[in-house]
Amino acid sequence: MTPIKAILLSAVALSVAACANPNRFDNEVDLSATRAAPAPVTPVGPSIDSPEYFKQSVGDRVLFAVDQSTLSPAAMRTLDAQAAWLTTNSDYIATIEGHADEQGTREYNLALGARRSNAVKEYLVSKGIPEARLKVVTYGKERPIEICSEEACYAKNRRAVTIISGGLTS
Amino acid sequence: MMRRVLAIVMLACLWAGVVQAQGGPLRIEITEGVVEPLPFAAPPFVAETAGAADWGQRIAQVVADDLNGTGLFRQIPAGAFISQITSFAAPVAFADWRAINAQALITGAVQTDGAGNLVVKFRVYDVFAGTELGAGLQFAGTEDGWRRMAHKVADAVYSRITGEGGYFDSRVVFVSEAGPKDNRRKRLAIMDYDGANVQYLTDSSALVLAPRFSPTGDRVLYTSYESGFPRIKILDVGSVRSRTLEQGDGTMSFAPRFAPGGQSVVYSLSTGGNTDLYRLDLASGGTARLTSAPGIETAPSYSPDGSRIVFESDRSGTQQLYIMPAGGGEAQRISFGEGRYGTPVWSPRGDLIAFTKQSKGRFHIGVMRTDGSEERLLTASFLDEGPTWAPNGRVIMFARETQGAQGTSSLYSVDVSGRNLKRVRTPDGASDPAWSPLQ
Repeated sequence: MTPIKAILLSAVALSVAACANPNRFDNEVDLSATRAAPAPVTPVGPSIDSPEYFKQSVGDRVLFAVDQSTLSPAAMRTLDAQAAWLTTNSDYIATIEGHADEQGTREYNLALGARRSNAVKEYLVSKGIPEARLKVVTYGKERPIEICSEEACYAKNRRAVTIISGGLTS
Repeated sequence: MMRRVLAIVMLACLWAGVVQAQGGPLRIEITEGVVEPLPFAAPPFVAETAGAADWGQRIAQVVADDLNGTGLFRQIPAGAFISQITSFAAPVAFADWRAINAQALITGAVQTDGAGNLVVKFRVYDVFAGTELGAGLQFAGTEDGWRRMAHKVADAVYSRITGEGGYFDSRVVFVSEAGPKDNRRKRLAIMDYDGANVQYLTDSSALVLAPRFSPTGDRVLYTSYESGFPRIKILDVGSVRSRTLEQGDGTMSFAPRFAPGGQSVVYSLSTGGNTDLYRLDLASGGTARLTSAPGIETAPSYSPDGSRIVFESDRSGTQQLYIMPAGGGEAQRISFGEGRYGTPVWSPRGDLIAFTKQSKGRFHIGVMRTDGSEERLLTASFLDEGPTWAPNGRVIMFARETQGAQGTSSLYSVDVSGRNLKRVRTPDGASDPAWSPLQ
């Protein structure tokens, strides 16, 4: 490898690291503005105001620890981005689905999923999203997305997913 | 004499259970030891009219299957018989039945009228005493009810020999499951307790959970996602018509169960992330809030006299069992063992509470007295859940889910002693069983 290539690669690595900086939302920047700027250079991919964009790029889900409904710092960052998107795209409403992993009895997991979806709702409301735009539903352990009986799967199933749907006016 | 023999066998079971319960503070060794079952003969019921022979065979076989299935009886195969029963009225050759060690002999007869009606008669004999046990009985019904008539015969035999109520003429409502774990389709189904006569009560277009029978078995409460949110529905078993019970907007309700009178329902309602217990009067639609703790209160079940409710709550930090007055008020915690306790169900006899326990990554079905003492675990697996009591309070049915990506759920039953664990056959996967009262 030539020295110049090495320098270029490390520059790329630095910029990637900057993108992955977990504190990127700490300053409550206007995400709609920062995201809107690079949009023209990506001709493919969903429109920034579409539910598909919300799902793929904003991040539609947050994960929870075993038997917990407390939002982690990472979850709060995702929800900050969700709140920013919902603020910009004020025609849409959201249904927050709360889910549990399979380790637990059916009724308890329904109640736990209700806690998780409500934790997300309350956070979004605290960020200025009107309560009328947010619905909550629990699925307990009825709708796993990963099917192995190991923590790797359980961790992904303990989730709250924000589903964007037709606007208030539609 | 025969009644005494079996009474002794059953007393021995109970005594063994007590000894185990006293062996340690709460932890009980699960045993599936075999009690010597009582040998019996059930020759084909005698055909007293033309065309009745086939019914006689089938009815005697269902009677024998019922008794065998309890683990308390053992059928002697027909090949061992020395004499045959060719007349219901003729005297029994007791020596021939003693010679093959048949302690009980069940004889019967069937008549058909050629128009779809059956008459079934039976007698039970104590072979070694050479006497009849109780009086002969007769049931009349239509051909399509032949299995029920057989179950009624078996219930009478069981009851006469054990001194306990029977449970064979009963049904189970459950959730029939198909498809992989990440695309599971669920619908309500009902069947005879032994898995025969499966009928579907809903389609799988909406997720359905945890059906529960009314005290007379004519209605079923369940949770449906038909509206997109969990809501409680009530279904009439005869007409298969259902309606959603009144609910407020923005709430989710689940875990319904009838009060013993069948006039009201206790259930869980989640709002604002908090799950509490409520009671709904079916006639007026009026509701009353029974708990107001900030934790999860769910899975309520009434005592048979309707005066108290057992439920699970995490108000202490983990899932545990509590009992409170039926109208709400102060609750007493009854579970104190290691692990988590959920899905409590009060025995129809009133003496025990069955529950699901999670401990060290395993699930158990267990029973305890209503004060929390004498806890005994009856099963252990990757995931056992949701016990329901047979109408006589001696057998528990539950769902067992296997581990891994290919995991499926099946129904199992187990004796309250921990013996006779066995699978209940269903056409597809099955979960959330609820046992009906005796019909």
